[in-house]
Amino acid sequence: MTIDESRLDSIIDEYNAEQGSLISILQDVQAEYKYLPKVALEYVAKQLDIPRVQVFGVATFFKAFSLKPKGRQQIHVCMGTACHVRGSKKVLEEFERKLGIEAGGTTKDGEYTLETVNCVGACALGPVVVNNEEYHGQMTPIKVESLLKKA
Amino acid sequence: MSRNITRQKGEMVTFMLNGAQVQADPNWSLLEAAKFYGLYIPTLCYDEGLTPYGVCRLCVMEVGSGDRTKLVASCMHPVIEGLEVRTHSNRVIKTRKMILELLIARCPGSKKLQDMASMLELKEVRFKPLNDDCILCGLCVRMCEEQMMAKAIGYAGRGTDRYITTPFDMTSEECRKCGACMYICPACELRCQGPEAKTTLCSGCLNTEAVCAAKYDDAMCFMVPCLSCVKRPEDVK
Ligand code: SF4
Ligand code: SF4
Ligand code: SF4
Ligand code: FES
Ligand code: FES
Repeated sequence: MTIDESRLDSIIDEYNAEQGSLISILQDVQAEYKYLPKVALEYVAKQLDIPRVQVFGVATFFKAFSLKPKGRQQIHVCMGTACHVRGSKKVLEEFERKLGIEAGGTTKDGEYTLETVNCVGACALGPVVVNNEEYHGQMTPIKVESLLKKA
Repeated sequence: MSRNITRQKGEMVTFMLNGAQVQADPNWSLLEAAKFYGLYIPTLCYDEGLTPYGVCRLCVMEVGSGDRTKLVASCMHPVIEGLEVRTHSNRVIKTRKMILELLIARCPGSKKLQDMASMLELKEVRFKPLNDDCILCGLCVRMCEEQMMAKAIGYAGRGTDRYITTPFDMTSEECRKCGACMYICPACELRCQGPEAKTTLCSGCLNTEAVCAAKYDDAMCFMVPCLSCVKRPEDVK
């Protein structure tokens, strides 16, 4: 993959190429590409004069960062305690079956990414599924199909 | 080390080490002071040539007096005027054994951990062995960065998923293949029975006879004397 170095340069310049701004820079890079491409990370490491392994360490430390491309639809199934006791596992399994991927994976056509989260703060509505910032409460395995269709 | 440069001659700190009044250089850590006075303190993430890191917690000591004592990692704790320090109190020994038990459960194959178990007389491991090959002591990372100036390896992931790796999990261009990381690793050298041993705890620590001696006709541990190997039957409880 090729990247637009001038775009990265402008992100880096915004933070005056400060080493301490690494996390903010990575956030902006992720906002640009929806994930952190390896070439972009290497470029950032070079420009900030930070060891590559350290940039890799930060990128893998935070769950908000992803080194793998994400799908256009990002489906997060809540596995928090409240959702768990109300059967979120069944909902997740149904998603996995329907999409043919496991939690953490992305479909081949790049349409869906399936992920689990631990409590999104809407326990009363559990089991909760969040699809691209849109909340769906009281999910059941049966509702999975219609959610995917709508999306 | 920069700490040695700031050292001022003559100025000493007086504190209590296991009930004895001792003096130490103000730039020393409790561990350095204890070593200076000849005490054996088990350590896994400490090395004289590297910045202390304070993660293995094996070097714990009890500081303070009366009811107000606490456990500290001595490799990171400075010597302080008037401090009361105990290196082998019951609480310290119990804690050290517990930490070692957890570490051995993680890496039962490590010779260094097994030898330490004999030394600290650890008799059982109650946890499920994980057979991992790294205890995340960080020695390799510091060795590579501070002594080899390569910064070729580091940490990735977080919490229980943390591991040591090269950038992007690929062969690292920065690495000069000097081998220093393996040299310093406490988990790389395997115990005599190899990685497939049936017991979590090296049987050398439980038997009166060194297992390695039975197999090779000679005890194999020359670097650290293995206490269990020279134990007489009546010593074994
Ligand atoms: S072998 Fe490579 S990774 Fe290990 S210390 Fe040397 S340069 Fe660093
Ligand atoms: S590989 Fe060895 S030296 Fe490096 S952190 Fe793991 S146990 Fe320590
Ligand atoms: S058999 Fe004895 S000498 Fe060999 S590793 Fe075990 S404790 Fe050490
Ligand atoms: S547990 Fe699912 S929203 Fe709280
Ligand atoms: S030697 Fe002090 S914490 Fe490891």
